[in-house]
Amino acid sequence: MPAPIRLRELIRTIRTARTQAEEREMIQKECAAIRSSFREEDNTYRCRNVAKLLYMHMLGYPAHFGQLECLKLIASQKFTDKRIGYLGAMLLLDERQDVHLLMTNCIKNDLNHSTQYVQGLALCTLGCMGSSEMCRDLAGEVEKLLKTSNSYLRKKAALCAVHVIRKVPELMEMFLPATKNLLNEKNHGVLHTSVVLLTEMCERSPDMLAHFRKVGQLSSSQLVPQLVRILKNLIMSGYSPEHDVSGISDPFLQVRILRLLRILGRNDDDSSEAMNDILAQVATNTETSKNVGNAILYETVLTIMDIKSESGLRVLAINILGRFLLNNDKNIRYVALTSLLKTVQTDHNAVQRHRSTIVDCLKDLDVSIKRRAMELSFALVNGNNVRGMMKELLYFLDSCEPEFKADCASGIFLAAEKYAPSKRWHIDTIMRVLTTAGSYVRDDAVPNLIQLITNSVEMHAYTVQRLYKAILGDYSQQPLVQVASWCIGEYGDLLVSGQCEEEEPIQVTEDEVLDILESVLISNMSASVTRGYALTAIMKLSTRFTCTVNRIKKIVSIYGSSIDVELQQRAVEYNALFKKYDHMRPALLERMPVMEKVTTNGPAEIVQTNGETETAVLETKPPPSGLQPTNQANDLLDLLGGSDITPVIPTAPTSKPASAGGELLDLLGDLNLTGSPVSAPAPQIAQPPFLLDGLISQPLFNDIAAGIPSITAYNKNGLKIDFTFERSNTNPSVTVITIQASNSTELDMTDFVFQAAVPKTFQLQLLSPSSSVIPAFNSGTITQVIKVLNPQKQQLRMRIKLTYNHKGSAMQDLAEVNNFPPQSWQ
Amino acid sequence: MIKFFLMVNKQGQTRLSRYYEHVEINKRTILEAEVIKNCLSRSKDECSFIEYKDFKLVYRQYAALFIVVGIDQTENEMAVYELIHNFVEVLDKYFSRV
Repeated sequence: MPAPIRLRELIRTIRTARTQAEEREMIQKECAAIRSSFREEDNTYRCRNVAKLLYMHMLGYPAHFGQLECLKLIASQKFTDKRIGYLGAMLLLDERQDVHLLMTNCIKNDLNHSTQYVQGLALCTLGCMGSSEMCRDLAGEVEKLLKTSNSYLRKKAALCAVHVIRKVPELMEMFLPATKNLLNEKNHGVLHTSVVLLTEMCERSPDMLAHFRKVGQLSSSQLVPQLVRILKNLIMSGYSPEHDVSGISDPFLQVRILRLLRILGRNDDDSSEAMNDILAQVATNTETSKNVGNAILYETVLTIMDIKSESGLRVLAINILGRFLLNNDKNIRYVALTSLLKTVQTDHNAVQRHRSTIVDCLKDLDVSIKRRAMELSFALVNGNNVRGMMKELLYFLDSCEPEFKADCASGIFLAAEKYAPSKRWHIDTIMRVLTTAGSYVRDDAVPNLIQLITNSVEMHAYTVQRLYKAILGDYSQQPLVQVASWCIGEYGDLLVSGQCEEEEPIQVTEDEVLDILESVLISNMSASVTRGYALTAIMKLSTRFTCTVNRIKKIVSIYGSSIDVELQQRAVEYNALFKKYDHMRPALLERMPVMEKVTTNGPAEIVQTNGETETAVLETKPPPSGLQPTNQANDLLDLLGGSDITPVIPTAPTSKPASAGGELLDLLGDLNLTGSPVSAPAPQIAQPPFLLDGLISQPLFNDIAAGIPSITAYNKNGLKIDFTFERSNTNPSVTVITIQASNSTELDMTDFVFQAAVPKTFQLQLLSPSSSVIPAFNSGTITQVIKVLNPQKQQLRMRIKLTYNHKGSAMQDLAEVNNFPPQSWQ
Repeated sequence: MIKFFLMVNKQGQTRLSRYYEHVEINKRTILEAEVIKNCLSRSKDECSFIEYKDFKLVYRQYAALFIVVGIDQTENEMAVYELIHNFVEVLDKYFSRV
């Protein structure tokens, strides 16, 4: 068989291939040749073949059949063989292959080889792909090599030690004694790798970090002063040809040392103090004309910001960043924006000074810079500059790339919410965003906006007029159309009566309004959700408009046979409203009450005072798709973040993230699905279920079947506890018990805590009590709500524990409650 | 930490690749193709740092060759930028006429 071709020829051949298929063909042919050569166990050419294999592997072709060959090469005595063998091992082998363990012995022998280059090879390979077993076996050898005087080996051993520590953190202590002398070297290679090793140790283990920071040793052997000394030498020393990069001496080492100083100085006053001088020196002495100098300054700034530096130093750092911002070089500006973003939390005022430059960066052509500038701008908006900033940001929104629009829109909404100087300005801003970037607005913004609009009562007319004008021209942007249709539905009467004070009122007839809503319904561009909004809006207008009721009836009945299930359902219900329940229509479709301010994060919490009314702090995320009759039992119980549940069996899935609002809706949805009249929570039924409207001040559990007799559960020592029951008619396994605790003695009972436990087949949830003091002489009561889930319809039993302070002493009592009336659990 | 080091030409052919973390071999080609696409679409005066997935790319163009280094958040981008240049200078010194 002819001698296999050399690697160079192979590369040349592959390069001549003009198509991917041609290349693949060549490579397959060569692979076949290599495989047959391997089978022949040819020692002379093995190294060449493996080299070619590695090249092909790099191009992306499978090369696993070469693994064993690499091992054979490693075992050979020739240096060239070993070199390729180790390289192959690094590229082809890793922990996942079982073969790699065979290498351990070879590496061990080579670590003790007479030639330093072989030792170096072994160290490199171990440091690259050593598995934890290999590292454990060979750590001792590495540590020994870390102490030799040969700097070539020392630096490689240091890097290998880094890898060992990463794989087997427990071995870190083994390397600790060796590190003592590492920084005494002159050789920059050793210095650099030692700093890397120390950095890794400090990052991984807080004990190590404390050890290195420790005061009380001889000052010359302490780490921070040593590092400071080395850094000083680097800066002060004159030109040294072997370490020079564009006029600066070994910038890579400088950057590394600065990073290690950062880790050492973080949250530690003493170390930070020791570093202050050198940091100031570096910051002022480094030349900034070249990129190298800027790289060092960047690292210095990051370090200054992170440690507990004195304020003068911090000002210096921010000024450096400001200078960076004005630089022409894009890289530097990008880097400056990134670091400013990191520091804006802590040094807000200093960054504000550079606001105008940052805003200018919004207009830059570079995508990375624009993104950073946008994030930074949002961080800088505050009450004073909000108008100006918003103008710039809106302009940016107009002209930026689509990938930014969603983030920018959300950011603008947030900022506007926090810092809006006036309601009108706020609404104007929102309108502007909706019209320019309407289709990129996030879904959760729509309910937020609607809630905002409801709250600004005096602006209703103005808002609805502007929205109407906006969608007259163009109704393709879904969020805009959704908000607009909702508003028109709510405030349509204001629109046609032309009552707007803020703006020139426009003359709109009822028919025109219905025209536009109908066209939204018909249009192909409208999403299903949008159509739902439009249909509901039309329905609401039936009470607000006087002359066009028949037209509305017609529209609604058409959609009673729509293919879209959602629309059909609504239309059918509304039809039913027209026909059978016409007397209820005005009440149902009344104007929405003002919604409470919501928190956008966190689960929905409803604080119940006496089980009858609540003030809802609602969550704004709508559930994924309107009406889902989910598991009622769990929903009901998960509704509330029940606080004191000790020693109660905890409710099952307590970690439903932030979708408690959704379940709340599902509850209502279930109440409404049949379209049958429900007594008290009337005005809310016809509303689109994905708006959490009107849950405020509405009795949630004021259900129909309220005829269960109440019992006295406990009556002793003047403390009386009554239970009143309600059954939820949506979920027959749930019983809601309201306890009322009263005190007939002449002294108050304070720190009253009520705890309850139920048998295993039940689940219990205790809500917060109204207070913890029961006033004397029955002048007041504590109420608390308990919800019991009783899926197996067993007889309710409960053990209660009461603790309170009375007449200066702590009282405690246990009791069992067995006299539950059958209607409460059957 | 440096995640990978690539030398790719303008046509998308990989000339050198070194991965410091394990990446499946088929994913490597995809990664390289995407990376080079990102770099090619940048103009001359745009900055050399691109954010890609969860790491950053630092790239530098030398004639028809792109050298791209993928780094994570802890690394100083400008130092890596210098490193690339240093690497090229070393190659130049060692092999002459790069």
